Amino acid sequence: MTTADAPPTPRRFAPRARAAAALQQQGALITLVLVLLLVFGALRYGSDFATGFNLQSVLADDAKYALVALGMTFVIMTGGIDLSVGSVAALGGVVAAQQSSHGFFVGTMAGVLAGAAVGLVNAFFVTRLRLQPFIVTLATLLAVRGLALHLADVKGISADSSSNFQGLASWMLLGLPVSALVVILLYLIGEGVLRWTPFGRQVLAVGGNEDAARLMGLRVDAVKAAVYVLSGALAGLAGAFLCAQTGSVATGAGKGWELSAIAAVVVGGTLLTGGVGSVLATGVGVGLLQLLFNLITFENGEHVITISHYWEDVIRGAFLLVVVLLQVRIVRRRQRRVTS
Amino acid sequence: MAGNDVLLTMTGIHKEFNGVAALRDASFEVRPGEVHALIGQNGAGKSTLIKILTGVHDRDSGEISYDGRPVRFGSPHEAQLGGIATIYQEVNLIGYRSLAENVFLGREPKRFGLIDWRRMNDEAARILSSFGLDVDVTRPLNSYAVATQQLTAIARAVSIKAGLVIMDEPTSSLADAEVEVLFGVIRRLRADGVSVVFVSHKLDELYAICDRVTIMRDGRTIETAPMSEISRIELVTRMLGRELAEQLSHRRSTEPGELGTAVVLEAVGLRREPALEGVDLSVRAGEIVGLAGLLGSGRTETARALFGADPVDGGTITVKGRLQQLRTPRDAIRAGFGLSPEDRKTEGIVPDMSVRENLTLALLPRLTRLGVLDRRRQREIVDRFVADLGIKLADADQPIRELSGGNQQKVLLARWLCTQPDLLILDEPTRGIDVGAKREIQSLVRRLADDGLAVLLISSEVEELVADTDRVVVLRDGRSVTELAGADVEERRMLEAMATGSATEETP
Amino acid sequence: MSDEVLTPSAPPVAPVPTAHRRPSWQRLTQRYGALAVLVVLFVYNAVQTPFFLTFQSLVNNQLRQAAPVGIVALGMALVIATGGIDLSVGSVAAIAGQLGALVLVDGSSAYLAWGAALGVALLCGLFNGVLIARYGVQPIIATLILFIAGRGIAQLITGGNLQDFDDPLFQFFGLGRTAGLPAQIGVWFLVAVGMAAVMRWTTFGRYVVAVGGNETSSRLAGVPVARTKMLVYATSAVLAGLVGLIAVGVNSSSDANNVGLGLELDAIAAVAVAGVPLTGGRMTVIGTVIGAITLKLLQNTLIAHGIPLEIAQMIEGAVILAALYVQRSER
Repeated sequence: MTTADAPPTPRRFAPRARAAAALQQQGALITLVLVLLLVFGALRYGSDFATGFNLQSVLADDAKYALVALGMTFVIMTGGIDLSVGSVAALGGVVAAQQSSHGFFVGTMAGVLAGAAVGLVNAFFVTRLRLQPFIVTLATLLAVRGLALHLADVKGISADSSSNFQGLASWMLLGLPVSALVVILLYLIGEGVLRWTPFGRQVLAVGGNEDAARLMGLRVDAVKAAVYVLSGALAGLAGAFLCAQTGSVATGAGKGWELSAIAAVVVGGTLLTGGVGSVLATGVGVGLLQLLFNLITFENGEHVITISHYWEDVIRGAFLLVVVLLQVRIVRRRQRRVTS
Repeated sequence: MAGNDVLLTMTGIHKEFNGVAALRDASFEVRPGEVHALIGQNGAGKSTLIKILTGVHDRDSGEISYDGRPVRFGSPHEAQLGGIATIYQEVNLIGYRSLAENVFLGREPKRFGLIDWRRMNDEAARILSSFGLDVDVTRPLNSYAVATQQLTAIARAVSIKAGLVIMDEPTSSLADAEVEVLFGVIRRLRADGVSVVFVSHKLDELYAICDRVTIMRDGRTIETAPMSEISRIELVTRMLGRELAEQLSHRRSTEPGELGTAVVLEAVGLRREPALEGVDLSVRAGEIVGLAGLLGSGRTETARALFGADPVDGGTITVKGRLQQLRTPRDAIRAGFGLSPEDRKTEGIVPDMSVRENLTLALLPRLTRLGVLDRRRQREIVDRFVADLGIKLADADQPIRELSGGNQQKVLLARWLCTQPDLLILDEPTRGIDVGAKREIQSLVRRLADDGLAVLLISSEVEELVADTDRVVVLRDGRSVTELAGADVEERRMLEAMATGSATEETP
Repeated sequence: MSDEVLTPSAPPVAPVPTAHRRPSWQRLTQRYGALAVLVVLFVYNAVQTPFFLTFQSLVNNQLRQAAPVGIVALGMALVIATGGIDLSVGSVAAIAGQLGALVLVDGSSAYLAWGAALGVALLCGLFNGVLIARYGVQPIIATLILFIAGRGIAQLITGGNLQDFDDPLFQFFGLGRTAGLPAQIGVWFLVAVGMAAVMRWTTFGRYVVAVGGNETSSRLAGVPVARTKMLVYATSAVLAGLVGLIAVGVNSSSDANNVGLGLELDAIAAVAVAGVPLTGGRMTVIGTVIGAITLKLLQNTLIAHGIPLEIAQMIEGAVILAALYVQRSER
């Protein structure tokens, strides 16, 4: 025919072809690290660390971060980002506190709805006005914190202690704090949605290649709107939990939560550019980071080395750096021009 | 298929963009169960026609009838629902998702409201194996070669029961064996009564697989004919057409080697997967060498490789006798090259920057002393070139995007001329420019060559190559196949070479 | 027109006619919006706020408070002009401030302290630059790393302890005056003039605008894209470091919790309000200065009227969105 016969070997494997496999490996890897850390902690700090009490309080504490990270996972999987979650959590906590006299359920729902409303605002700006998610949620971060502080009269707000609202701090079921159970349940549901519902697959498709997804007939805008609302709602829930567990919401509540969430999501193996991800892996990421900080606390207790809690920020940043570099190599692809 | 003789009819299609007509009274007709080639050069209108059919654009006027009913699709999705599927050159599927998912995305089979993975995977595997493809459908799409990805796109079309499948340059990234697999699938589709519109300029393939061909040029449909009744030369001739305007011949009629000047550029065996497979060419000072070839032959790739814009996988570049490694455009500029790129808008101009700054952009290093820009010299140079080239502008500080195409091109030319290069590579310098400016640029290039500049001119217009060059290198499928010089630089020879790979009986 | 591929994207574009286009309202808002808002705020305050028109208020309060944001905003505008963004400025300010204080308290001279602090700031800028220019990481993500880690690093430098000190150099820049003006304003002025000179007279300035305007064309025209990007991120970081040292000088103590807090947001807001397109390709020093002054005046006006800082921030957020929307519809 035209040129010399080329052997039928598959040419042009994009290096990122192995992306999904590599990320699955990452998920397995961090689970391994998590287990190792648990073992290390148990061996080193003995019964103090490995007791149910320590782990329970860690789990209860983590619940709020885990909730925020769950929402963030979905948003990042669509190729977007939600920086407002910290402020939304604060708002959710404040609203929940205000409604706390009506009981746990009402108070919490109020927080969730407040969060969802903010999510709707984010969704509008991103899908209708086509503004970049980063900038939009940055602006919302500012605006919502202001709103939360305004509602709380610029001071901390306490929850009503007469209703059962603050029961969350002590409720236990099956040996675990209820807050942790809620998180585990939501995570399982989240992973299920991701794997077995059309919506979940569409989330991944939109993040993988938005233009192609549109061409294939997916309702891209609806999917994107949904994940921002979800993220807002979960952040609101996290704030409500914070309020219920500690009894009050400080003025600085929620600050930095978005960064923790992003770090956890990224450590879990979800690509920041979207399209690939796992809810369970995020859960492991949250657990890993929080466990690390828990260990640091214990280490300090031993007075062997003093690692101040300022290391938390540094460690989060370092994790992010490592993952970013790994992802660069996976995602980098050579652009091939159209022949002419 | 029972009933109709005709599956798709498009008549009287007219479409303008910003006052410029892309399609004039274009028409297109496809029968059921046929493989129909659609060909034409850049700007001929074939992709606009397809975009109108598939709902990307709305037509200004004309009728479209599909499967006996008048249709007007408002989006690619609607076209899909209507039964028309498109396989794009850049595979528009989701790389991270599995083959099966890509086939069924948006229409996944469900059980109790949840996705039935088993059924989805089985069905996808079934379709693909009917194509002769036995692969693991659960692995991500981008872990497979482009050939498999394309077949997955076709599998998607089959599963949505499309009656018409449009394939845009489907073989541009395929090896020969993969092409055969694709053709097998196309033949199956045809046997099942599905029609295929095959957009390509690989003539050999068109003759191998297509039943009929429609040729477009300048926004019009020129001819539709069975492949068996039209020869390659006729095909290429109809596709490229003839300019009625008089052509001033700018060619110096010398024989190769007669020029006697130094060889500025010598490129041997340039290779870059997948576009270039062995390009040889040389240019002497004062010579205008044309680079001819159909779309897909690798002309722009060659230009970019020479300029260091893309890395090469193999071959050597010798500049004025010295071997050079040109890894970046800066290297090439230092070696004395200049490149006026094919796409002015996205690769040439910095739209919001002034004419003055665009013009002197490549010269800045030489206008800088201790980091400070010599604005006076910059002004002088700009004024001089604006006058010399007759660039029409309101003010040298206006943003370049406000200039007409012709004037923008002149500014880009000036950008390189003021660096006083030894070799100037021009990629489609007169595309999208009015006739007057075109002539001016053509005369200018010849004057520069007379003054000793070496020029490599890429053009899709055969007349331009014939009129303005001393020697022409013809590319085909990434290889330099023929070199025409002196009296051989004429239309028919060139068309032959582009179409078949040889003008005289040279082995490719 | 070229329509080589059947990608379902924008239609082929015909050349823009040479006729001079009348400036659209969006263009006008972009260019003069900040100035207009500034004038309105100024007049409003002149009428409503007692003592507004005094030297004390105008210079010592408004301008001086705007100086830190103004300085960082200039660096931010430079980065944004290349089509990027720098989220790490707040953290870099904190790090530099802390380091400077630490070196000083440790016994070294103030000059060494400043040198070390600015040196570290430069390293941070190069860190960002390498990630972005060499590894191709998106600027948002690359600078997010220092954004997250930087504050922790800053705290670690001083071990979380507040360092009190008493040093003339620091105090001069923090609280001192020169020619009757607060030193901070003097620094701001110098930086602005310097940057204006760079943008107007040097080739580097032209490269910055070219890279932001069209990176592909710039690369093909031989512009040193990677080097230009590295330099802008380095500049932004050094300016942030400068502001950190000034802030530490104001209190004569290091307090990593508050130095640079929200600085990046304020800087981005100032640049957005100044009408500099966040997509790059344009840079205006005067505009950025006005943007910073306007932002601070807006914040102060709101505070002066008893509106809590948080609501003020809400309004800031809304202003950024509005500025973006105007930019968006221009395209």
